[in-house]
Amino acid sequence: MKTSVSNSMKFLVTVLLSALAAYAVGIYGNLPWWSFVFTNILIAVAIPQKPIYAFLSGVLGIGLLWFSLAFIIDNQNQHILSTKVANVLPLHGSFVSLIILTTVVGALLGGLAALTGSYIRKA
Amino acid sequence: MRLMPFLASAVITAGLVFTLNIQLKSGSSKTPRLGYFLSPQHGFWKNAEKINTDFNASLVANELKGDVDVYMDDRLVPHIYAEHDEDAYFVQGYLHAKFRLWQMDFQTRVASGRLSEIAGADKLSIDRFFRRLGMVYGAEKTEASINTTNPVMKATVDAYTAGVNAYIKQLSPEDLPFEFKLMNYAPEEWTPKKTYLFLMFMSYDLTGRSAAADLQLTNTRDYLGYDLFDKLYTNQQDSLDPIIPKGTAYSVPAITPLKPVGSDLAYLHKQDPNLAIKTSVSPEAPNKNNGSNNWAVSGTKTKSGRPILCSDPHLGLNLPSLWYEVQITTPTHSTYGASFPGSPAVIIGFNDSLAWGVTNAGRDVLDYYELKFKDSTQKEYWFNGTWQATSNRQEIIKVKDSADVVENIAMTNWGPAMFDAHYQNPQSKGRNLAVKWTAHDASTGVEAFYKLNRAKNIDDYLEAIALWKCPGQNFVVATKSGDIAIKQQGNFIARWDHQGDFIMPGFDTSYDWQGIIPMSENPFIKNPERGFVSSANQKPTDATYPYYLGTASSFPLYRGISVNKQLNAMTQITAQDMQAMQTSNYNVFAEMARPALMKFIKVDKLSTDAKRMVSSMTNWNLYNNEHETGITAFKVIWDSVEDAVWGDELAGSSIPLTKPESYILLEQMKRDSNFSVADDIRTKNKIETLQEQVMVGVENATKKLVALEKENKLEWSLYKATRVLHLTKIPALSRMNLPIGGGVNIINATSENHGPSWRMIVHLTDEIEAYGLYPGGQNGNPGSPYYDSFVDYWAAGKYYRLLFMAKEKLKANEHTKWHIQFKTA
Repeated sequence: MKTSVSNSMKFLVTVLLSALAAYAVGIYGNLPWWSFVFTNILIAVAIPQKPIYAFLSGVLGIGLLWFSLAFIIDNQNQHILSTKVANVLPLHGSFVSLIILTTVVGALLGGLAALTGSYIRKA
Repeated sequence: MRLMPFLASAVITAGLVFTLNIQLKSGSSKTPRLGYFLSPQHGFWKNAEKINTDFNASLVANELKGDVDVYMDDRLVPHIYAEHDEDAYFVQGYLHAKFRLWQMDFQTRVASGRLSEIAGADKLSIDRFFRRLGMVYGAEKTEASINTTNPVMKATVDAYTAGVNAYIKQLSPEDLPFEFKLMNYAPEEWTPKKTYLFLMFMSYDLTGRSAAADLQLTNTRDYLGYDLFDKLYTNQQDSLDPIIPKGTAYSVPAITPLKPVGSDLAYLHKQDPNLAIKTSVSPEAPNKNNGSNNWAVSGTKTKSGRPILCSDPHLGLNLPSLWYEVQITTPTHSTYGASFPGSPAVIIGFNDSLAWGVTNAGRDVLDYYELKFKDSTQKEYWFNGTWQATSNRQEIIKVKDSADVVENIAMTNWGPAMFDAHYQNPQSKGRNLAVKWTAHDASTGVEAFYKLNRAKNIDDYLEAIALWKCPGQNFVVATKSGDIAIKQQGNFIARWDHQGDFIMPGFDTSYDWQGIIPMSENPFIKNPERGFVSSANQKPTDATYPYYLGTASSFPLYRGISVNKQLNAMTQITAQDMQAMQTSNYNVFAEMARPALMKFIKVDKLSTDAKRMVSSMTNWNLYNNEHETGITAFKVIWDSVEDAVWGDELAGSSIPLTKPESYILLEQMKRDSNFSVADDIRTKNKIETLQEQVMVGVENATKKLVALEKENKLEWSLYKATRVLHLTKIPALSRMNLPIGGGVNIINATSENHGPSWRMIVHLTDEIEAYGLYPGGQNGNPGSPYYDSFVDYWAAGKYYRLLFMAKEKLKANEHTKWHIQFKTA
């Protein structure tokens, strides 16, 4: 019981840390957009979890970050640009699809990075 | 052992990063780097501007001599108040960059043949064309000349350049304009040369049509033989209403150009039909409808007793727009109008003393000379009886993902050898052709506008435009003191008849230009009795003008007739009347062509559908309004009749030939119904009459019209489908299918992707009353609500009142929303 609480605390902390670290390195425009791959790997090394949980925390951390940022920006812009980009990309002008695509790309890469990190610890 | 899963997940992660970090092929183009593009902290999301963005700012710039205040109104038009002229241009450069950086980069890339560098080998043919035409060569000459002879202009362009670069320097990577992210490249420093390249592009856009037309006319003449050519492409225009009223007397010309002996045979190729066609057309040609209207009415015709000036340049309709509105106020002048992102000062506008506008002169200032090289090294060419040395100009074109391409251009006394063994259209083993173009000469165009911005009266205006060489323009002016005038100004060649219409022999000086027409002899009229001056790209004068003006196909006839007819009839004119006229859709061509056509249509012999279409045309009110269907019937029928009449003469050619202009068939129909060209030369033993050809045309048109009817596209605006295209031509970034009437030959000259690119009306009352707008928006960012904010208003024919006032008054104006302060360090 105790372990499970501390495990879920660990999971939650990892998710938040992953989002926070990714946001922090993202502020520096000169760093590559995929810098969060490294922060996620580091976090997974520092906070050991089972690979599946590491993966999920990476997915949620980056996914939530990218979703929230895109969602907020898009609302403040009243979908002007997202509608155009969703026609440039084959998304039939749907800003919802574009936000989902953004979220999925970030989440997938975030998860894979964390997964890789979790294996370093165990390797 | 977790090594294997580690390696597997590391490889997949790295592979995904790699894939999302490169441009993938997608059809003929490439995707953006998707991971980067979608990243909310790096990619396009950063360009999604808040609807209620606060544009207030306070900036420090070492380059400034004093502080500058910019007030932005609710349309995002900046009103710049500076203590020093150079500071004003610094800030203009900064604001151009802040709102239009990508477009400035892209347009100068096109002009300098550097598209391949960002878009790859697909764009090589465009790049090679512009390099070989001498675009960079001309810009370099202008730069060298200004740097050595004109310190004030150098300081002006340097200040503008510093302003652009001040913006670029503070720009962080995540804030790059949207298109840089889409196309995956970064802006580079602005330079004065880029300003001159941009102006070079305007010369190309407005006079470069000869680069294609001279070749096409030569091919058409060679294909048809001179006699038939001369009949089909006559320079006679019966219904011409020139810029300078008919009957105006001209002084004895300073230059009498002499036609070379033997040129009838050696140059015009009279009695020399069906020569083998040697030269092919160039891949690029500016829109032939690049034109414009401008006019000014004097106080005798207005309600207020003060002049009103109107100007609407017709150019390609693009997003971001070619134009950017600005007010510039310094102790030396206060000017408002449309500026070019890429160049300092105002191009079409007004100041507190006068207003000015421009239309294209359309005169031919680009010629081809045929060369004979001694051998394939192209180091010597035959000229005046000896072998002369060429010099080699090397242009290196960088190509994305590929090796550099080097253009070695042989430079001759005529200019660059544009076409040679290395640069030909594949369909032909072509001639060697050098291009001679007035745009290659050092330009003083920046100074012309600099002075026009400060002009106080007609003398100042004449002094300013005297510096204007290329592209030749009709400069209209109206002053607060009550003068109106128009002058066709530029470096125009004193030509003998037909000189330069076709490729000329370049083997000696006999076909060279014999002089530039002195400015004092360029067509000019001031305060004429009729109370107005106007131009709409028609021929500037009647046939008594002592110089050859060029082929009549360069001068559209009908808008000019429409403008003059309306202005003649008007009195007690107000600015609102001028708005109605500038957006008028009346079709004067159809007014003349419809009855001429009906003379040849035997209605009772038509099919049922054709009867219906012809009656749609005859019941039409002659206005090209948005919802009319009669204009669509008229247009399709007229085009099909032209195809029936000319098609056979031009059909056998393997390369595109020039179709005769519409006025040629119309005037022929009015003159003579036994027009021999009407005969279809493909049918042996039978001579078709014009009537038979018209009937064929009507039936052909009916098939097209019935098809359009089924698609529900008979309404004029649906048929015409006017669009304002993003410079990349990506539809999602463009405004498609606008609800607007107008068209070719109409004052509201809105065709598919072309038309009134800036509409301006200036009433020269004590406090100037001005209106204007362009089909775009002040912010070039597709993610901004100001990206296309004027488009719907423009399509609806509405106008904004332009705010032109002194600082304190503007500061307090209800439309003023933001303040950008520039402080000197």
